[in-house]
Amino acid sequence: MMLIPCPHCGPRAQSEFIYERTVDSVVPLDATSQEAMAKLFTRNNPRGVDDEIWRHTYGCRAWMVLSRHRVTNEISECRAIGPEALP
Amino acid sequence: MSRYSAFSLLRGALTGHRHWQPAWRDPEPKSHYDIIIIGGGGHGLATAYYLAKVHGLTNIAVLEKGWIGGGNTGRNTTIVRSNYRLEPLHNFFEFGLKLWHGLSDELNYNVMFSPRGAMFLGHSDADMVKLAERGDAMRCDGIDADLLTRDQVAKLEPLLDMSRDARFPIQGGLIQRRGGTARHDAVAWGYGRGADSLGVDIIQKCEVTGFVRDGGAVVGVETTRGRIGAGRVGICVAGHSGHVAGLAGLKLPVESQTLQAMVTEGVKPMINSVIMSQSLHCYISQSDKGGVVFGGDPDNWPSYAQRGHPMVMEGAVAQGLALVPALSRLRMVRTWSGVTDMSFDGAPIIGETPVPNLFLNGGWCYGGFKATPASGWTYAHTLATGKPHALNAPFSLDRFERGATIDETGSGPMPNSR
Amino acid sequence: MINFSFDGKAYTAQVGDTLAAALLRNGIGLVGRSFKYHRPRGIMTAGVEEPNALVTVGEGGRAEPNTRATDVFVYEGLVARSQNRWPNLSFDIGSVLGLAAPALSAGFYYKTFFGSAKKWMFYEYFIRKAAGLGNAPTQADPDRFSHRAAFCDVLVVGAGPAGMQAALEAAESGKRVILVEQDNILGASLIRDPQELDAAWIEATAARIRAAGGRILTRTTASGYWEHDLVTLTQRLSEPGQTPDNGVAQRLWHVRAGQVILASGSIERPMAFAHNDRPGVMLSQALRSYVRRFGVVPGKRVVIATNNDDAYKTAQAMKDAGAQIVAVLDARPAPAGANSGHRVYNNAIPLSTKGARHCLKNVSASVDGQTLEWDADLLAVSGGFTPVVHLHMQAGGTLDWNADAQAFVPASSRQNVTTIGGAAEPQPIFKMASAAKPKKSFIDFQNDVTLADVDLAWAEGYRSVEHLKRYTTLGMATDQGKLSNMAALGRLAEKQGVAIPEAGLTTFRPPYTPVTMGLLAGAGAKDAGAHVRRLALYDLHAAKNPIWQPLGYWFRPRAYPTGGETLAQAALREAKAVRNNVGITDVSTLAKFEVSGPDAAAFLEIICATTVSKLAVGRGRYTFMLREDGFVFDDGTVWRLDENRYLLTSSTGGADRMATHISYVRQYLCPHLRVSAVNVQEHYAGIAIAGPTAKAVLTTLIGEEPPRHMSTVPAVIAGVPVIILAASYSGERAFEIYITASDAATVWAACEAEVMKVGGALYGLEAMEFLRIEKGHLVVGGEVDGRMTPHDLALDKMLNKAGGFIGASGLARPALAEAGRRQLVGLEALDGDIPEGSMLIPSEGASPQGHVSAGAFRIIEGGSVALGQLVDGFSRHGEILIASSPTRGQKARVRVVAPHFYDPAGERYRD
Repeated sequence: MMLIPCPHCGPRAQSEFIYERTVDSVVPLDATSQEAMAKLFTRNNPRGVDDEIWRHTYGCRAWMVLSRHRVTNEISECRAIGPEALP
Repeated sequence: MSRYSAFSLLRGALTGHRHWQPAWRDPEPKSHYDIIIIGGGGHGLATAYYLAKVHGLTNIAVLEKGWIGGGNTGRNTTIVRSNYRLEPLHNFFEFGLKLWHGLSDELNYNVMFSPRGAMFLGHSDADMVKLAERGDAMRCDGIDADLLTRDQVAKLEPLLDMSRDARFPIQGGLIQRRGGTARHDAVAWGYGRGADSLGVDIIQKCEVTGFVRDGGAVVGVETTRGRIGAGRVGICVAGHSGHVAGLAGLKLPVESQTLQAMVTEGVKPMINSVIMSQSLHCYISQSDKGGVVFGGDPDNWPSYAQRGHPMVMEGAVAQGLALVPALSRLRMVRTWSGVTDMSFDGAPIIGETPVPNLFLNGGWCYGGFKATPASGWTYAHTLATGKPHALNAPFSLDRFERGATIDETGSGPMPNSR
Repeated sequence: MINFSFDGKAYTAQVGDTLAAALLRNGIGLVGRSFKYHRPRGIMTAGVEEPNALVTVGEGGRAEPNTRATDVFVYEGLVARSQNRWPNLSFDIGSVLGLAAPALSAGFYYKTFFGSAKKWMFYEYFIRKAAGLGNAPTQADPDRFSHRAAFCDVLVVGAGPAGMQAALEAAESGKRVILVEQDNILGASLIRDPQELDAAWIEATAARIRAAGGRILTRTTASGYWEHDLVTLTQRLSEPGQTPDNGVAQRLWHVRAGQVILASGSIERPMAFAHNDRPGVMLSQALRSYVRRFGVVPGKRVVIATNNDDAYKTAQAMKDAGAQIVAVLDARPAPAGANSGHRVYNNAIPLSTKGARHCLKNVSASVDGQTLEWDADLLAVSGGFTPVVHLHMQAGGTLDWNADAQAFVPASSRQNVTTIGGAAEPQPIFKMASAAKPKKSFIDFQNDVTLADVDLAWAEGYRSVEHLKRYTTLGMATDQGKLSNMAALGRLAEKQGVAIPEAGLTTFRPPYTPVTMGLLAGAGAKDAGAHVRRLALYDLHAAKNPIWQPLGYWFRPRAYPTGGETLAQAALREAKAVRNNVGITDVSTLAKFEVSGPDAAAFLEIICATTVSKLAVGRGRYTFMLREDGFVFDDGTVWRLDENRYLLTSSTGGADRMATHISYVRQYLCPHLRVSAVNVQEHYAGIAIAGPTAKAVLTTLIGEEPPRHMSTVPAVIAGVPVIILAASYSGERAFEIYITASDAATVWAACEAEVMKVGGALYGLEAMEFLRIEKGHLVVGGEVDGRMTPHDLALDKMLNKAGGFIGASGLARPALAEAGRRQLVGLEALDGDIPEGSMLIPSEGASPQGHVSAGAFRIIEGGSVALGQLVDGFSRHGEILIASSPTRGQKARVRVVAPHFYDPAGERYRD
């Protein structure tokens, strides 16, 4: 069970979070059909670091982007998204 | 190949077991093969076996990064069944189930396929209707399925909690009597031995590090043991499909996730069938050694870590104990995890890729073991002829962009919602 | 003195005895039977690595099979039974399997028992019966298991001298410290070797750790090392089979540590020689523990075999205890052991043992190439020391090879963990020649794996260490290879002609020692980890004794039978009340979202596939939502409560999924929109009143004209402010009333009274099903099964032509417009009742072309109708099919019709 550094709450147990999807699978609202399906149905899925969207569901309920190594689970960054990310 | 039999065992007993030969050779890779299969798991070895046996192709190599059967073939909970709701799935798995029933004899290797029954429990009237729907879909396609009453379930599995005030009271079940369990390692070894005896080269400790291309087409592979040419190359590395396909520049509809399983210390027989549940996310069976084998949901996030999340495991145990309270004082002796290819409709991918001469078998989610014979058979057909077999035609790679997904659970493209 | 029993006979133990110590104290050497050949086995170790002395401890639902006698402390009344033997331990019929041992070589079962699967199952029946060790209890577990989370700066595993010293230093430097020890006392190894440090030091150190705020947990095992320095601890609050003081048998700790220090010591290795499994053969340090810690001297004439110095301490301990040291067999050349004062044989390697009546009688060894024999009743062996690196490896560490100790020691680590003491620096040993007779030379004692089995696996090509393990079952017993792995690796390396580190290593998997399943489950076992959510109006319903129906996390009334009605009778009566008069039901569980702000409509037109912005204030409409891949995943209604304020409802079962979806779209995709989307599912309770007289009832309740169909107004009922939505699921003129959940009971009481006054009825989910099926309304999880497009469900005309909603691009995929898709149809029975879930087939024996998603009775006219999915169903109205359910032996002939059986024009909504 990882320790995820929530940008709003500080380090919290992974059990408070829910994984949503990888950043590369986000379908922008203005994507063409072809772009959208490519986003939805293909993944980088690296055996290394990838950017993932997690939500602190049982905490502040904010969404965030985690850069995480898929083999070692090392988290190099966890950043806020949306208006909360603004200074 | 020395044939296995009770007689040969007796001979071994009398002669100190000196007559046994290696189950497979340890050949040096040749410079070129007609077909190279990447991945020496059950599926890859079965593919090689059927390529040789059914299609008469013997200039075949199976390249294995580590040791054969060392991936998900050796990490699953050994369940064999074909009780799917959707036609393409149950027809595919049923074809496999028929092969399972003759597999030990076919391979002259006892894979200990034990059709002790695979049972889904229903916990409400709504569950029972869903189970009937699944059973009816199977029966109309000629596959065995029987609804069980509460009493029948209790008789089959006396240790299930049948109390009416249970959180998920047991109302009945749907059993596939021809389903059951098999010895997972033996499946890889049996297919490996069979393929080897037909001339297939099984090359262990040989990792593929790249593809050799001529124009767009794949004409060979780069490996840790040098370059090997090939007419066709079949990827068969579920769990790591994304990585290997990535070497050819392909991005797949696959996310790798960890699936945990666990086993208790051995006890005398207490679980007779394979118990699965519609509402609880665990499945329970007992191995021939006496260990109660347990599985649950995958860890719902991408991982290649081959190590699970303790709370996912604890949750699966809680659900198992809710079903079989007598497990409470048993001890869990070992947990392990496999890296699974979670595809984006829950169904496998077997077929062509956009790269000429390159084929893919993957996306098995958490259900690949039972498919081993059918997967090998149909993939062999696909590799031998360049075209899918009727049974794997629906499982093409391009079904996602076309919209022809085969979504058993109806939960859509995100594997973590499955 | 403590009383206990073993196999029905009463014995006494000393305070502090393990069961193993107590058995030895009572002269019991034969304790168990091995797994495969049922060979007689005794006590080999004094710790958690014990492979042989497994017993069932406790009775009833508290009985723990396969309990290591070395890892249970005797308590008053302990009941232990031997396992895997019949009729009794000393005469076990199963031991005839030993005679067949030559045929039962490693993996023998892969080579025989051919024939059909049924034939294998015949043999398998006997194999299964013979396998396994103890019996699982059949009664419910009377005890509880608790879970606890903790944090610390330093977690120290192992309270030997190194661990205690480390814990002391950390605690006194102001760090939060947890020190765990699997034994029930601290510094147990110091009792074994008292010359180094003493009991007073242990006591003083523990006191100082505690005084500095450190927490010391004994009988606690660090069993798993997970990500980011999370360690799971299993703490025994009672011994196996013992009645716990406060009902809690064990506690599972999830400890997040800043740093972990492993001082877990090492495990002594046995030696491989013929009949090395006989009761009376024991590990050297274990013997020393029995002598020094427990005061038990389990033999009079002892032979000691060693390849290191440590075993001489055992010789001394036995000599001090008055036993005779017959011989010390030292594998090392002279002058090793020369000054020990014992009869030492150098270049000496044990060959075999003999015994009688399950006791050791004789030991033979090769000494300088000559075979010598000694009569002895005890043989202590020390084959070296294996550092306990399990947790280090679970944490993702690497190992170095220490050639002096012939052992793997911790090297680098990915996590914040260090190893100290004996686990980091094992004692040097002498590399011995391997056993002369591999046949009965056991290396995995419990699973009866011998060196000969390793040799056979090698010869047959099972040469990777994982193949070896899996083919021979080595290391897969309850001790998980703690004693056997190094012996197997040594043999494998020998065969390969390489050094041990090149032979490979199997993975160290959690748990370090087996963990009780009930402990893992904790309190979750009671409700399967799925807590029930209770309706705000639960008590009001419960008072009416309804039939409950599980729905997601909820239980909702399915029907309110009266006077001995069956479910179907009650549901039909309730549905008739709605059709003919009025009914009232609880719809609180529906998902509800309040969406407000200047961009609320724009946001909703992203979530919903229908238009929203054209709604006038006070109006509502049906809507549905698509997944990104274009399939319908939920439906509901959307209401414009105010200029910039909307209420969106969707299905109960999909509520959490929808909440996440809305939150994702809001926070991730649309951070720029000025909108707030709040989940108000449980903030509002909901009451539906439906039927031709519903409008009159509502008029009375709110004192004004109720809104027309698909309109909404705020109102007051019984003094409570409510929102009224004129929406209908039943097909009748109907209203949904939303109230703050805490005020729901007041409003329900007023509504129910009014409904009853006009002769109406309560109705439950079953009647609601009848009503909605007859009307052709969809249900998520039924017709909306995640595989249907808007077109398949005949909803495409409602799609927002401007696009821009989620799923629009997925919907554009070619296969979603191809022929052959399943489409929503109605089904009318020509004979019989249509079985729900049955398959739609054109003729007997044909493959299904669709299925029945929901079936019901026509409420007023009678007769069976259903909704279904049928391939190209829109163009097949009028066709006759069979709805077949082979699993239930039911079928009905059905006609395909439009899915609207009741008031297709919607006239009943109009006033």
